[in-house]
Amino acid sequence: MFSYYPSIIVRGQPSVLMNIFVPVIAVLLTLFTGSIIFSLMGYNPIFALYTFFISPISNAYGVSELFVKATPLALIAIGLAYCFKNNIYNIGAEGQLTMGAIFGGGIGIYFYDVNSFWLLPLMIIVGAIGGAIWGMIPAFLKIKFNTNEILTSLMLVYIAILILDYLVVGPWKDPDGYSFPKTRAFSESARMPLLFQGLRVHFGLIITLILIFISWFVFSKTMFGFQLKVSGYSPIAARYAGFNQNTLIYLAFAICGACAGIAGLSEVSGPIGLLYRDISPNYGFTAIIVTFLGRLHPLGIILASLVIALTYLGAEDAQLFMQIPQAVGFVFQGLVLFYLLGADLLVNYKIVFKKNI
Amino acid sequence: MNIDLIIGIINIVLIATTPLVFAAIGELVTEKSGVLNLGVEGMMLVGAVTAFVTLVLTGSYILAFLISILSGLIMSGLFAYLVLILMSNQVATGLALTIFGIGLSSMIGKQFIGTPIQGLNPYFFIALSFAIVFGVSYFFYKTKKGLIFRAVGESHSSAHALGYSVIKIRLLGILFGGAMCALAGSYMSICYAPMWQENMTSGRGWIALALVVFSTWKPNRILIGAYIFGGVSIMQMNLQAFGLSIPGQFFNMAPYLATMIVLVLISSNKLRIKMSAPASLTKPFYKGR
Repeated sequence: MFSYYPSIIVRGQPSVLMNIFVPVIAVLLTLFTGSIIFSLMGYNPIFALYTFFISPISNAYGVSELFVKATPLALIAIGLAYCFKNNIYNIGAEGQLTMGAIFGGGIGIYFYDVNSFWLLPLMIIVGAIGGAIWGMIPAFLKIKFNTNEILTSLMLVYIAILILDYLVVGPWKDPDGYSFPKTRAFSESARMPLLFQGLRVHFGLIITLILIFISWFVFSKTMFGFQLKVSGYSPIAARYAGFNQNTLIYLAFAICGACAGIAGLSEVSGPIGLLYRDISPNYGFTAIIVTFLGRLHPLGIILASLVIALTYLGAEDAQLFMQIPQAVGFVFQGLVLFYLLGADLLVNYKIVFKKNI
Repeated sequence: MNIDLIIGIINIVLIATTPLVFAAIGELVTEKSGVLNLGVEGMMLVGAVTAFVTLVLTGSYILAFLISILSGLIMSGLFAYLVLILMSNQVATGLALTIFGIGLSSMIGKQFIGTPIQGLNPYFFIALSFAIVFGVSYFFYKTKKGLIFRAVGESHSSAHALGYSVIKIRLLGILFGGAMCALAGSYMSICYAPMWQENMTSGRGWIALALVVFSTWKPNRILIGAYIFGGVSIMQMNLQAFGLSIPGQFFNMAPYLATMIVLVLISSNKLRIKMSAPASLTKPFYKGR
């Protein structure tokens, strides 16, 4: 009797083909698992998947909403790519986003009665600075005191959210707001211009696309991008080549923080228009999934941000039309990442079937 | 200061610190086997919600804790399959576990927010947390199996060459961590709170991870770290009660700031961290089948 059993063998070179296919496999497996979850919950899986993934983008408004959600995700994710390429695990983008919103939004609140062309650019720059400062704290602590950046960047998320909470119920509270925890509305010129009449998709999308294009150039054409990649693959080789690791860590965190800060600012001066407690539905954490699903590659990140943005829209619709709790969106996001990481095995290893004698 | 007040404070500190002890000792065992599991927060949340929902549906406390621990075993088993068999990146997989756990717990608990339950007396669990810490310490430093366990975390290739099953030992370490995190979560939703609320662990899972670094991977020091931490957190509450006119949000920042300060103090001695961290931490094991 012969039988065949699977065996895992190391590839000489990581497979380029698998590198592209694995994210697709992960998304398909998630859809499959999703349909099982929906049937277990007692819903018609075909109808549920349709409500979740197709009906939200079946009209112009829905497509615009997809881009509204994908904008901050893609922007944060491209920033995270700078960190992850260098093997730095900055998971505090949510805090950097919040700080960007506080810094840039603070300008908007201070000049609430000013209508002038310089207001929005100033807010974007100050928002980027706010995010970058918040991002550089874990970098400083890592370089100076050898602390683990995963834990410090995460602690700073909680601190940033509490600062925002303090501001919107305290000093920045809207004097005419009937003690609601929110600030004054920004002036018209502090808002992101809309790209199409009647749709919410805004100028933040253009900023995101420009920054992603610049990042593509940095990653593939500049010495800095090369240094990031080398020190990510092999810190020893990078040190031998004389790259300044500390500078790379500072820059990666600062760029990531700035991107998250702009994302936060473009949320509050885009769809929201003022500051309040819940400015972000976990964009900073979800962007981690976008970065991995997009393979740290600019084009991949754009595609992944659209896929993950769809889970936000789908979850809203599923709650609205089928009374499925909205948190199912986060479950799907976690599942995508699980499948992606599991299927990554196929990139570096191949499965062969050996004959068992 | 009278004696009643002091006893009252000690009581509150004991009750508030216990979930940190459970989660941190679980994670310490996982890390001792050479695996870093960042899913603590997610496993705690799922543990908390499954215990709560089971209690509401069946009314049985024992069943609630059993189901909760089972959920921890399943969650950590999923993690173990990914990092041990499929050799995925441990940091990313742990993050995925936390994101998944946050979503899953709020999905399960959606219709149970605000459901009242009869809280359970916490003293048994406080005693249990001490017993587990001392038990782990005894296992690691007084038994042969504990020595083998630590060897797997220090050098998996050597342990493998000596004929010990690296994968099996790491699986046990990960499962123990998952069970402890779920216990921490169920303690929170049934004894400490007692209620279910989305994200009710509010970062305690991450603080537990920091406590493992603080302990420099020595079980007994988990207790020291956790109780210093619990003491500081309670002290800020009392200062608030004395009527200092500082906004509440700044008091709420104290645990997170304290965690960062602790990490700075303990990590700045690079050599100490290098000497005490398990040498194979986060390194995948491939035996070349």
